[in-house]
Amino acid sequence: MKFGVLVFPGSNCDHDAFHAIGHVLQKPVEFIWHQSEELHNCDAIILPGGFSYGDYLRTGAIARFSPVMKSLEKFANGGGLVLGICNGFQILLEAGLLPGAMMRNSGLRFICKHVHIRVEDTNTPFTGAAEQGQILTIPIAHSDGNYTCDETELKDLEKHHQVLFRYTTPGGKDDAAGNPNGSIANIAGICNRARNVAGLMPHPERAVEEVLDSNDGLVIFKSMIAALVGAARATA
Amino acid sequence: MATAQTEIKVTVEIAAEHGITRDEYARIQKILGRDPNITELGIFSVMWSEHCSYKSSKVHLKRLPTKGKLVVQGPGENAGVVDIGDGLVAAFKIESHNHPSYVEPFQGATTGVGGILRDIFTMGARPIAVLDSLRFGEIVASNTTSEEDAAKNRRVVDGVVRGVGSYGNCFGVPTVGGEVVFEPCYAQNPLVNALALGIARKEEIFLAKAKGIGNPVIYVGAKTGRDGIHGASLLASAEFTEKSQQKRPNVQVGDPFMEKLLLEACLEAMKTGAVVAIQDMGAAGLTCSTCEMASRGGTGIEIDLAKVPQRETGMTPYEIMLSESQERMLLVAEKGRGVEVLAVFKKWGLDATVVGDVTEGGLLVVKDHGKVTAKIPAHPLAEEGPVYNRPMAEPTRRKQTEQDWFAFAAEGTDLTANFTKLLATPTIASKQWITEQCDSMVRTNTLAGPAASDAAVVRIKETKRALALATDGNGRWCQLNPKVGAMHAVAEAARNVATSGARPIAATNCLNFGSPEKPEVMWQFSEVIDGLGEACVALGTPITGGNVSFYNETLGKSIYPTPTIGILGILEDATKVLKVAFRNEGDVIVLLDGSNSSKAGPQAPPRAGKRREFSSSEYSKTIGGIVAGEPPAIELGAEKWVIDCLVALAAEGTLQSAHDVSDGGVAVTLAESCFATKDLGASVRLPENAAAEYALFGESGARVVVSVAPEKLAAVRNTARQYGVGAHEIGKVTHDNVLRIEYKGHTVASAPVPTLRDAWARALEHNLKIQ
Repeated sequence: MKFGVLVFPGSNCDHDAFHAIGHVLQKPVEFIWHQSEELHNCDAIILPGGFSYGDYLRTGAIARFSPVMKSLEKFANGGGLVLGICNGFQILLEAGLLPGAMMRNSGLRFICKHVHIRVEDTNTPFTGAAEQGQILTIPIAHSDGNYTCDETELKDLEKHHQVLFRYTTPGGKDDAAGNPNGSIANIAGICNRARNVAGLMPHPERAVEEVLDSNDGLVIFKSMIAALVGAARATA
Repeated sequence: MATAQTEIKVTVEIAAEHGITRDEYARIQKILGRDPNITELGIFSVMWSEHCSYKSSKVHLKRLPTKGKLVVQGPGENAGVVDIGDGLVAAFKIESHNHPSYVEPFQGATTGVGGILRDIFTMGARPIAVLDSLRFGEIVASNTTSEEDAAKNRRVVDGVVRGVGSYGNCFGVPTVGGEVVFEPCYAQNPLVNALALGIARKEEIFLAKAKGIGNPVIYVGAKTGRDGIHGASLLASAEFTEKSQQKRPNVQVGDPFMEKLLLEACLEAMKTGAVVAIQDMGAAGLTCSTCEMASRGGTGIEIDLAKVPQRETGMTPYEIMLSESQERMLLVAEKGRGVEVLAVFKKWGLDATVVGDVTEGGLLVVKDHGKVTAKIPAHPLAEEGPVYNRPMAEPTRRKQTEQDWFAFAAEGTDLTANFTKLLATPTIASKQWITEQCDSMVRTNTLAGPAASDAAVVRIKETKRALALATDGNGRWCQLNPKVGAMHAVAEAARNVATSGARPIAATNCLNFGSPEKPEVMWQFSEVIDGLGEACVALGTPITGGNVSFYNETLGKSIYPTPTIGILGILEDATKVLKVAFRNEGDVIVLLDGSNSSKAGPQAPPRAGKRREFSSSEYSKTIGGIVAGEPPAIELGAEKWVIDCLVALAAEGTLQSAHDVSDGGVAVTLAESCFATKDLGASVRLPENAAAEYALFGESGARVVVSVAPEKLAAVRNTARQYGVGAHEIGKVTHDNVLRIEYKGHTVASAPVPTLRDAWARALEHNLKIQ
């Protein structure tokens, strides 16, 4: 089992994702430079947070044209696990690997704080180890996290249980009070129809140790590891 | 002047337009043995500006303590460097970007952060934390501030906050702390002081010394444009007038994305082993980096401007040499290995070009397409600028009488309303609205981010240690008594570091003052230096660097003298961070007080009367509208004992929480320890020694409020006794979510914590939303 963390010019949470997988969870992980034509035989790919290309033009809009994205697309279409965090989520949207688009936060300001998200569906490789309805405390840090999509897309997302995480109040209510950025239907994270590509705005890699005030993010990476172990067993 | 051509004949008058005095001009003629041409004049004018040459402060700065066991690099390089064990060093420095932040708040603030970050990674250290020490005019209209001015100040706050946030966020360094203070004197001259901290392996520190004759000089990073020309000389080294907004073109424009690439590329290039020296192009750009590197290396440098990557066409040598375009570096590579260095920058998509080489003979030679346009001995240019011992005079002040001082309320008066108002005053109110706009967590090292502990604490992943940092400075106190105020700034920053559990080891300072041409300002400066020096010696925190920012005045009115002190500490065991929040119901609340000590220390300084001293407090200003008297007397011995005691208690792990007493006194300290919890309150009875307001809201130093589990109380008392620190049991943490303070048998302040928290938490956002 091997994780790969893509590095775009301007990625700045690449080391944090690396630390979470490599040091905290003690699994093999390596960086993949954005100009790489291939994915170094990795079994799961993380697109980390940051400001790829300085967020110029539009978040994720330039990074999606990086050479590595071609291989990533192939990998995703072949069923490989892909997780986009924050800017990584934005890139996946721009690349069309996930439906919808990102707008500026409704308050028009960058926000960095711990938020509460509820696990909406556990039938995915990213949430398999979590409990349905579990509330996770995980930080956000973004200016453009206001997820949106059209009505049909939203209906589709709901119908196919593609909404993985929703912002809630600490008590678990999904109303505007718990939503930091104005996202549609309080969406914090989604997956594709095939359930192998996911993106979320909160940073699970920042919530992997008690000393960082929360280790609730671990469940996402542990889910991925369990899914990879399961897949390896199935093919063995 | 910015488009000046080399053909212009330089005269004393043109020199004067460049801020060069008649005497300075004569000195230039003597160094060159001839008249300078216009490019050379431009070069001299920026290097000899107050901002770059420290000509008015040098004679005083010499008195600061700069040496210590752990100091690897003191002032004079891009940043100070201290040994933090495990083969690692920390590079840190604080710098001002005040004037640009008023002229163009967003860009001024971003480039302030960008500049200090470059200073850190120029040393080979990866930046791991930023703190912003910000001071603004009042944001709420009052009898001293009109609504129009308050609105202006709010716009400055908004721009500066967005600016510092956006740069750090994009660059990927956490903004972990700092301070935000509001005083009328900063209305048209906000202070934006940014501190950056980085770490490196001890043997991998880079210095800016151009060595090795024939080694190539390489320009890397952003292209050179016409922005920021004369930023250092005309913007930073002159006071503001009505026309200051016209100086907007002198403000640089920041690009944090470019800087992030520059960081990664520079650190990677340094790893090749082919880099000999490196310096960032900050103030005075190419001029400063070439002559300083040559001067420090005892060499010369020759460059050809035709090779400098340019953003615009038709730039003159004068403009290229004086441009302050951001995100640029100059480095010297080992001869024959330039290619390796260039390859790294190519990988990161950055411009990197050999623009010249290191030469013998100590001359800075600037060519343009092969034609010499400037030829100046580097050392005299960089190091032998004018030095002034400017006249000093203590300001004459009207003698204060009883009438000027705060009058205490009658015994038994309910102070709850005043307390609530104090909590909502912008300087004391929660800064969450500001801190949430900055990423405080990226790099996942932040053990205590904004307001979680008295100092920001970041761990060093590969070790067991963490570093703690705090910035402090009280301009109001320095205005009333510069020396004592400066000592308090050091003591409070050190105490804050110790309150997080870390041992303070070194300091950096940013000295913000009015015009050095005013004898009163120079007197303040000199007094502050004496205060800093004395306090840094007493507390064992040598000063490793920083900067001086003069000319902080508008229309002839100076700001309060405002030294901002940043202190770095080491926490040996990163798991033992002390935080502000109370933890458990039933824990005993103890007031540690160094001045109430059993040790026979140096003779305590005579205290000003309590009313007089209280008149300098935040409470006196907010509730009484009185700013007068004297800062609280300071006992450095007591401060040291409290610091040592806290470090010991943190190591023993006997404390549940710790929070120092500062702005707003014990009452505000207690409130903040409650606010940081979900539903805890406190019931407290304060020691009886004066009027209730003095006991609750007095700001004298060397005091810390800690909470202790009952079974650990004896151990804490014992340790406090060993360090000669008084440990007064003043109350208990309660579960009723109420903060109650009794004094002399009366309940003088009592309110539900949510009510108080609401006033405190919402004030800043509420006030700043009115645009």
